Amino acid sequence: MTQVVLFNIFNGLIVGAFYALMALGLSLILNLSGVINFAHGGFLALGAYLAYTLIPYVGFWGALIVAPLLTAALGLVIERVLIRPLYGGDPLYGLLLTFGLAYIFEDVTRFIWGAQSLPFQLPAWLTTSLSSQFFFVTGYRVFMIVVVVAAVGALFAALNYTRLGMRIRAGTRDLDTVSTLGVNVRVLRSLNFGIGIYMAGLAGVLAAGLLGLSPTIGANLIMPSFVAIIVGGLGSLLGTLIGGLMIGVASGLAAVYFPSATEAVIYVMMGLVLLFRPRGLLGEEGRLH
Amino acid sequence: MNGLRGHRLNVAVGIILLFMPFWMGAIGGYTELASRILVMGLAAMSLNFLLGFTGVLSFGHAAYFGLGAYGAAMAIKYLGAGTMPAIALGMLVATLAAMVIGALIVRRRGVYFAMVTIAFGQVFYFLAFRWNSVTGGDDGLTGWHRAPIDFGVATLDIFGSDKAFYYFALVIFGVCVAAMALLLSSPFGRTLIAIRENERRARFLGVPIEFHIWLSFVVSCLFVSVAGALYALLNNFTDPRALRFDLSGNLVIMAVLGGMRSFWGPLIGAAIFVALQDFVSSRTENWMSVIGLVFVLVVRFFPRGVLGMLRNAAKA
Repeated sequence: MTQVVLFNIFNGLIVGAFYALMALGLSLILNLSGVINFAHGGFLALGAYLAYTLIPYVGFWGALIVAPLLTAALGLVIERVLIRPLYGGDPLYGLLLTFGLAYIFEDVTRFIWGAQSLPFQLPAWLTTSLSSQFFFVTGYRVFMIVVVVAAVGALFAALNYTRLGMRIRAGTRDLDTVSTLGVNVRVLRSLNFGIGIYMAGLAGVLAAGLLGLSPTIGANLIMPSFVAIIVGGLGSLLGTLIGGLMIGVASGLAAVYFPSATEAVIYVMMGLVLLFRPRGLLGEEGRLH
Repeated sequence: MNGLRGHRLNVAVGIILLFMPFWMGAIGGYTELASRILVMGLAAMSLNFLLGFTGVLSFGHAAYFGLGAYGAAMAIKYLGAGTMPAIALGMLVATLAAMVIGALIVRRRGVYFAMVTIAFGQVFYFLAFRWNSVTGGDDGLTGWHRAPIDFGVATLDIFGSDKAFYYFALVIFGVCVAAMALLLSSPFGRTLIAIRENERRARFLGVPIEFHIWLSFVVSCLFVSVAGALYALLNNFTDPRALRFDLSGNLVIMAVLGGMRSFWGPLIGAAIFVALQDFVSSRTENWMSVIGLVFVLVVRFFPRGVLGMLRNAAKA
């Protein structure tokens, strides 16, 4: 029994890491630009499928590097052409536009790569189990955790110690002042959007290795990411990270004790958070209500 | 803005709806499509009570639509309820849910409100999806159908005749729409519009904002659940897709497409959207891209919707 529980906690942490990667990207964009990027799951799926297509040419490692970058590049184009004109307007329109984009992404993915699930080739050494007792600790799962920790660490370091990161954080608080101080806010928003989409692409490649490929892979991961942001608190990236891990573990545990509540449990958590701490665990009062 | 002011428009809409099953065939449609437009129109207009007239961005109305649908379907399947009691039960379930969830989210605004409503909407989707033994799970709830309504003196065979069902739905549509129009022209409705226009000022005037938004949310969900119940009756079937977030998004785009500042706008948007969806999905597998494109085009080029544009053209 302990092994089953440990297995599910471990699994939950991994799923939570996905949610966190997704949700961090969503959070970045939401905090700076006020746009809920509903197409985030579409970008994730695109990253996954690009990696699938690239692996025969550049190998797994190449794909891990190139696919998220290509996804981010497409993100930059879409931001420039479709999303930029909506900044500062009614949030309704950003939501609707990205909602439509999500439809298009899913459909195009299905059109190009087919509706069936596709197998995703991993290097052999990543698929072996590392421990005979804890069979679930495969090389790939450990590898994933390492990549996620590295990516999240790099993101937080960049936000805290680079000029761009400081500007993003400052812009999150008061974009007008940042603009007045001579920072090109358009470029700042674009780069920030690109970083967010990069995280989605990276999550996509990692998710493909764990869950396999299907056109709806992104749609299934986006709702929990919203929950992660709300539980963690709007405006707090650290909160988003913790929120993602928490709901991952919670659904992992629910899978042991109440299998039919595996998905529902995270919404119950969200309800409780809204009831007892409406701004979320680490959210700041008075921002982005 | 007000449903009671533009009398000529009201009469025109009434006449068009009254004869829809007859002219629908002439332009290549069918009676069931007319009923679907009516039902989705009611749903979009109900959503717009909150979205357009209170200024609160709800992106999770599919939940209450679906609760209405499941409530009605389960009442018929498991309780052997008649048509009207089934609709009433669907309304009851959805309204209770809206009262509880509304209380949790009523302090949130803007994007935050949107996100919370989206996320909460999914609870019921997963309930319906997972609770196989009762809801039929992913396959949906089958093995029941709507029954003719017995008025004592006469029977309306809404099961055997598509047209009879259309007119049954039209009566309910009319009652709901009239109720919403009355509410909007009442002091309560005026207060909602005041909140939409300037929440802070309304608060300074002593309006209990949270209570009004909560009540508007509940009213909106109540009417959307009627549409959901009608939808289940129309199809003699319901499945988790009636609860899923894409329906929420579709309802919002219907309202925006028609014009969310006008009373009838969402009905027009629903008519365009439903007809387009029907047309495109019968011709190409890639209908999702077309629908997605509609979202993008509406946002970029027609953010004020059809009625908003007509109104601008009339002014110019």
